[in-house]
Amino acid sequence: MREVSVHILRDKIKELVQEVNFYYPRDIDKKIKEAAINETSKIGKETLELLIKNSEIAAREKIPICQDTGMVIVFLTIGQEVHFTDGLLTDAINEGVALGYEEGYLRKSIVEEPVFDRINTKNNTPCIIYTSIVAGTEVELEIGTKGFGSENMSTITMLKPAQGVNGVKEAVIAAIKKAGPNACPPMVVGVGLGGTFDYAAVLAKKATLRSCESSNADPRYAQLENELLVLANELNIGPQGLKGDTSVLKINVEYFPTHIAGMPCAVNISCHVTRHAKVVL
Amino acid sequence: MIKLQTPITKEKLSVLKAGDLVYISGTIYTARDAAHKRLSEMLDRNETLPLDLKDACIYYVGPTPTPKGKIFGSAGPTTSLRMDMYTPRMYELGMSVSIGKGYRSQEVVDSIKSNQAAYMVAIGGAGALLGQCVKSAQLVAFEELGAEAIQKLEVVDFPATIAIDKEGNNLYE
Repeated sequence: MREVSVHILRDKIKELVQEVNFYYPRDIDKKIKEAAINETSKIGKETLELLIKNSEIAAREKIPICQDTGMVIVFLTIGQEVHFTDGLLTDAINEGVALGYEEGYLRKSIVEEPVFDRINTKNNTPCIIYTSIVAGTEVELEIGTKGFGSENMSTITMLKPAQGVNGVKEAVIAAIKKAGPNACPPMVVGVGLGGTFDYAAVLAKKATLRSCESSNADPRYAQLENELLVLANELNIGPQGLKGDTSVLKINVEYFPTHIAGMPCAVNISCHVTRHAKVVL
Repeated sequence: MIKLQTPITKEKLSVLKAGDLVYISGTIYTARDAAHKRLSEMLDRNETLPLDLKDACIYYVGPTPTPKGKIFGSAGPTTSLRMDMYTPRMYELGMSVSIGKGYRSQEVVDSIKSNQAAYMVAIGGAGALLGQCVKSAQLVAFEELGAEAIQKLEVVDFPATIAIDKEGNNLYE
């Protein structure tokens, strides 16, 4: 058994929520710079160059890249030989979020209930926490801080198995087309296939947070990622939605076994400020 | 390079068309979802608004808190369509320009035409860069709304593209 203090987790989260808001993750930085070189639309190229300049100002001044500093999502993968000490895990995670958002002058965007009074909790908590238990003694922490301009454009479609891969393509491309300029393109898109209604969405979120420099391990799904990217960039949405070649930087697909009668397809739309980080404690 | 000094009167807008990139200097006001709701409720109660909408430029933004020693935080545009149900009323009351990002409803396009106004878009997600255009900020109303309070900003060379012009030409179509 390995003992891990929840304070370590709290402090790491406090640090990471700030880091991802001030600095583009390496994969996004690389994709944007490549796109700026390859973009053939004049206004598209200028917009991408301004996004690079924006990220340089953010890093230098320690001002968030985007004012929507997001809702925090935490994926925790816990080895079952781990025992957490010094308090409740959930509290420590939320404390890390609150401390990070305060210290980093990040915007607090969470309201305590969705429908009636929508009172701001003023510390950006609670965050969304997903845990999974695996063998071993490691704790892997993956975080994202998700902006809602793009989140609002996400979709779930309960496709029929007979619709096959073409049905998937239609659902994904329709969501990207509808998102258009609202989602702050160039976008990053996460697609979750299979599981259940709810789990497809979790898979889509996992896909969104996966590195843009990675591919699905299954070659059929890796090929689907590539084909979807080509189709998406033929939509001519362009940076900021003002036309161009660069509409989507990367599409990541994750899948899970599903029921004989179904083919859930969730599309999580994200923007060029797809803030994500992963560490092993 | 087209420079626009506030107040952005209808006369100044008359020569501009969808697709033009302009650099705004002068006074603009922040307002997003919650502030629009409050303004609309005040109008329903026949109360005087905390800002003069005549030739006003409203920027849909919820900035990050200003760090110690800095002038302003990150301040990029938010999605405009969430304001659509309030927007025609704002144009009717004299607002000449709204700035945000993304599509607008047909009702908003019609209102822009009938009021000879404009809708502009700023670069979504370029909050650090756009925040640097802000040279001073002053609270106007609804302090309790935090990032959603109405603030009066003095900006210099704030870049925005005309997305819907007074003729109703729409850059997104």
